[in-house]
Amino acid sequence: MAENLINPENLVYKKTDVLTDRIMHYCPGCGHGTAHRILAEVIDEMGIQNETIGVAPVGCSVLAYYYFNVDMQEAAHGRAPAVATGIKRVFPEKFVFTYQGDGDLAAIGTAETIHACNRGENILVVFVNNGIYGMTGGQMAPTTLVGMKSSTSPFGRDTKTMGAPLKITELIAQLPGTYFVTRQSVHKPGNVRKAKKAIRKAMEYQKLNKGTCFVEIVANCPSNWKMTPVQSNKWMEENMFPFYPLGDIKVPEEK
Amino acid sequence: MKELRLMKGNEALAEAAIRVGADAYFGYPITPQSEVIEYLMANRPEDRTGMVVLQAESEIAAINMVYGAAGCGKKAITTSSSPGISLKQEGLSYIAGAELPCVVANVVRGGPGLGTIQPSQSDYFQSVKGGGHGDYKLIVLAPNSVQEIVDYTKLAFELAFKYRNPVMIQSDGIIGQMMEKVELFEQMPRVEPDYEWATIGRKEGKPATFVTSLQLKAEEQEKVNLRLQAKYREIEKNEVLYEEYDCKDAEYLLAAFGSCARITRKAMELARKKGYKVGLLRPQTLYPFPVDAFNKIAYQVKGILTVEMNAGQMVEDVRLAVNGKTKVEHFGRFGGMIPNPDEILNALEQKIIGG
Repeated sequence: MAENLINPENLVYKKTDVLTDRIMHYCPGCGHGTAHRILAEVIDEMGIQNETIGVAPVGCSVLAYYYFNVDMQEAAHGRAPAVATGIKRVFPEKFVFTYQGDGDLAAIGTAETIHACNRGENILVVFVNNGIYGMTGGQMAPTTLVGMKSSTSPFGRDTKTMGAPLKITELIAQLPGTYFVTRQSVHKPGNVRKAKKAIRKAMEYQKLNKGTCFVEIVANCPSNWKMTPVQSNKWMEENMFPFYPLGDIKVPEEK
Repeated sequence: MKELRLMKGNEALAEAAIRVGADAYFGYPITPQSEVIEYLMANRPEDRTGMVVLQAESEIAAINMVYGAAGCGKKAITTSSSPGISLKQEGLSYIAGAELPCVVANVVRGGPGLGTIQPSQSDYFQSVKGGGHGDYKLIVLAPNSVQEIVDYTKLAFELAFKYRNPVMIQSDGIIGQMMEKVELFEQMPRVEPDYEWATIGRKEGKPATFVTSLQLKAEEQEKVNLRLQAKYREIEKNEVLYEEYDCKDAEYLLAAFGSCARITRKAMELARKKGYKVGLLRPQTLYPFPVDAFNKIAYQVKGILTVEMNAGQMVEDVRLAVNGKTKVEHFGRFGGMIPNPDEILNALEQKIIGG
């Protein structure tokens, strides 16, 4: 019976061609896959696949260039905003994005992040914040919550010796170079739609050369949080969102 | 028609970068090379050729901006001096690994650490042995005049694109700061890149391009290394540059590069006046090193003295090149000190002629 249903006229959803057919290496339940998809869909819907150049970070999404069917460069750890600056300055008419995790963007790459945003580089920064170093196996990140356990804070993050979690997105929003700064999530269909809308807005602003657009996506990390995907989403809602509240942080004045 | 100007080495490099049709310069101020970015900012290359000039937040950012622009197939250049070049080593390793073309100039000052702002050649090892992590090589050009700064800026971009490899122009505080008469080449056009390896926007119907230095499988990474090594052998075969002065009848050889070679040449003249048959071999490419030239002359001379503004770096490559065929000694001043011809002659007499 089922085979009769699988034909073109019954198609209600298909993977965008801006994602390749390569099987993603991300862990089950991880938010990266969805974050990739909505970014790819925006590129597809805007018809800018051949005018987009992306920059992959070091971290879980280091291989993002295998999944996005757009030209991409793989940057050194934390340097994606500098690499993106180099690309955008020589190709101002192209759409340029970076895709970075919290360690990459808010620890080792803090200088590159802040200065690219401060110069108002006309790029989109997608910042996936799961409060942990995923690729290297669950070490403490700059965004790790107070008391949160990781392999380098096995008794929980102690602010006396380890500092407090860094709200870099709020910090970024203070810079005159940023035009649109928002915090989203992709753990529920409604949130996915909102996050996608935010990315769409950011790309539209880039077309108008408005300055840096910064979209944080608070995400889960089931593997390193040592939870099931469902548990991790619940934990994220109960612990991450109170500290990293969802919503727009800096929006352009409507005219 | 010849266009002659009196220019500082650093300014000449900046002017040459505009004229060679570079698309972008990214830099960060550091003595003794800040004139490069100052000259570029003052000369508005964005109006002259459309070249981008940007002062980065750090040398690290600057080299990564170069990575981004080079990955797009554009002609990108950055300059710095020793401590700043140390910061760029991460980026250089990635650029070499991703096989991107770019030009980097190091106006060397004395080290280690913050060191001094006076000229030095103590970054020889860092330049020719890789500098950053991994098995890679930079092509290293060593100008000894403002004219060679200009000529090598052009050559550097040619070699960078020919081999898709970073090229280092290694001068020092003398060459960077002194003014000399220089003949400039005519403005060359900037070219729109259309390389299959560059991220210039995906072509319809074709797979996207990506620039990376990552291979998770060791078997694949070994292949990358083998390809790089094959490229370096080609470079060693094709791109060696050096000059010989009075080597035909030489019984003793002086070896020096860059600014130090000019002082050493004077020492050679003094030695000749004293009746010693002394020649000078000046490597113009530090990598690829003129191995064959040294190897050949080793049969002819009774000894070689390398003269360097460091504690003995190139001397190791000369020893490797001559492979025990003749005695090789080193004389150096360092930490920003510049040797004078008399002390070089004295060292030649002590260590080689009388030794």
